[in-house]
Amino acid sequence: MDTNTLTMKDARQLLDKKECSAQELAQGYLDGIKECDGEVHAYLEVYDDVLTQAKQADTRLAAGETSPLLGIPLAIKDNILIEGRTASAASKMLEHYAATYTATATKKLEEAGAVFLGRTNMDEFAMGGSTENSAFGVTKNPHDHTRVPGGSSGGSAAAVAGGMALAALGSDTGGSIRQPAALCGVVGLKPTYGSVSRHGLMAMGSSLDVIGPLARTVDDAEVLFEAVRGHDRMDATTIPNNRPRIENKETCTVGVPRAFLEKGVDADVLSAFEAGLAALRSAGHTVVDVELPTLPYALATYYIIMPAEVSANMARFDGVRYGLHVDSANGIEDYFESRGAGLGDEVRRRILLGTYVLSSGYYDAYYGTAMQARERIRADVREAFTTVDALAMPTTTSPAFKLGEKTNDPLAMYLEDIFTVSANIIGIPAMSVPCGIAERDGSTLPVGFQLLAPELAETTLFTLGRVLERV
Amino acid sequence: MITKDDVAHLATLARIRVPDGELEPLAKEMDAILGYVEDVRALAGDDVPEPEHALRNVLRKDEVTNEQGSYTERIVAQFPSSENNALKVKKIL
Repeated sequence: MDTNTLTMKDARQLLDKKECSAQELAQGYLDGIKECDGEVHAYLEVYDDVLTQAKQADTRLAAGETSPLLGIPLAIKDNILIEGRTASAASKMLEHYAATYTATATKKLEEAGAVFLGRTNMDEFAMGGSTENSAFGVTKNPHDHTRVPGGSSGGSAAAVAGGMALAALGSDTGGSIRQPAALCGVVGLKPTYGSVSRHGLMAMGSSLDVIGPLARTVDDAEVLFEAVRGHDRMDATTIPNNRPRIENKETCTVGVPRAFLEKGVDADVLSAFEAGLAALRSAGHTVVDVELPTLPYALATYYIIMPAEVSANMARFDGVRYGLHVDSANGIEDYFESRGAGLGDEVRRRILLGTYVLSSGYYDAYYGTAMQARERIRADVREAFTTVDALAMPTTTSPAFKLGEKTNDPLAMYLEDIFTVSANIIGIPAMSVPCGIAERDGSTLPVGFQLLAPELAETTLFTLGRVLERV
Repeated sequence: MITKDDVAHLATLARIRVPDGELEPLAKEMDAILGYVEDVRALAGDDVPEPEHALRNVLRKDEVTNEQGSYTERIVAQFPSSENNALKVKKIL
């Protein structure tokens, strides 16, 4: 068994044909972790009961049960809860926090018989694009250990790319699944807002957050998405199950917002993107240029709305009911000291920015304006979807950058999200598929191709994504 | 232009201790970010379309969904300080 090439589909066959047990499969991944993770550091914790979980899956398999995820070893981002297990969001604030309940998404996987290998590294509270903001050390890109894996779901992407998990869950607020998927050469899906329950996902930007899969292939990402999606009474923003999904079409029209790609995109990324478009054409799809003049403003809009929501969501970490508590002179001083000691630089920066844009006198100029911009971008893209079935863009402007390259320039790090944030601003699904490579200093780095589709049109993404992964 | 004093005030509002030496660099970084996000003003105006799917409240019945006390032990275990299954906090008056 080679965990560097095995897909979930392959593993399913091995398990169902009894050519391999769930315990042997899990051991293969534990060996992969032992071999690579000392250097890569994708995991914050590898669970000590992996083989026990696999044994339970074997019992169910022996009883004749079969389901897509039974016995499949997965990695879970450290901001999604599993009861009794530590969930730290890579923050000192929650270093010793043990979850008091299980998230709906992980509950569904548990019931389906998936085996949880461990919790993966991330930017603290999912804030960042390189996993360098983790309070517990950086994760390295498995393709080149001097480069970042992307973020914030960098540990999940590196685990899948490095043969240390068959697939993983991540969360995406502005690109946190797709960008690391692109930089690590795996498939990453940000589903429609509200299609996957966020009960038990630590909130960052509540009008933007969604849980989604990172996997080796489009098929695998689809299986994992189908397993976690659906309405949940514990998350009022989930979409009712009876709302019709957009059905698959055999041939699609794909729109390319050309003007948006003219500046600041790496030449290798552009040529990989063109090759992807050519592949879509050869497969019988139509590629057309579209005008989306408001799209470039999505990033600025995002960097007002997101910190505003962050500042509200992070208020719960006060050192009183759970998490880090630093004792000081009195109750209010305890807040200052606990939050000062528990929250890292980027989290602090976003809370302060959010506090600023929401403060009296600035609210209309920033937050109010951003909400208007959001509606205008949404209307613009909806209009485009009356003539095209999907939009295509690169996932990132460049392949994986060097560790430390952007840590001293927050704005440069934010610009990393330029192509990914629009899907979150609008609430539509988007997927990054590995398509092409770029050579840098002797390393072969993956490049991601991003597809966006209307709400509940994930199947369109899967159809087109399958063409791209063959390029 | 955001100043060091503005950052100190925001930190007070947000209840975060920020060491004096970090106020100046934070002010510079925030100024650059706020300068960038001001671009959104280009999209503001009176002709902005009304949101089609305006956010609305989704309510569920106010009913007990778990057995009484079923989470108590786990939640109390996370309290920084507790006494007889109650959260222990400092006197505020």
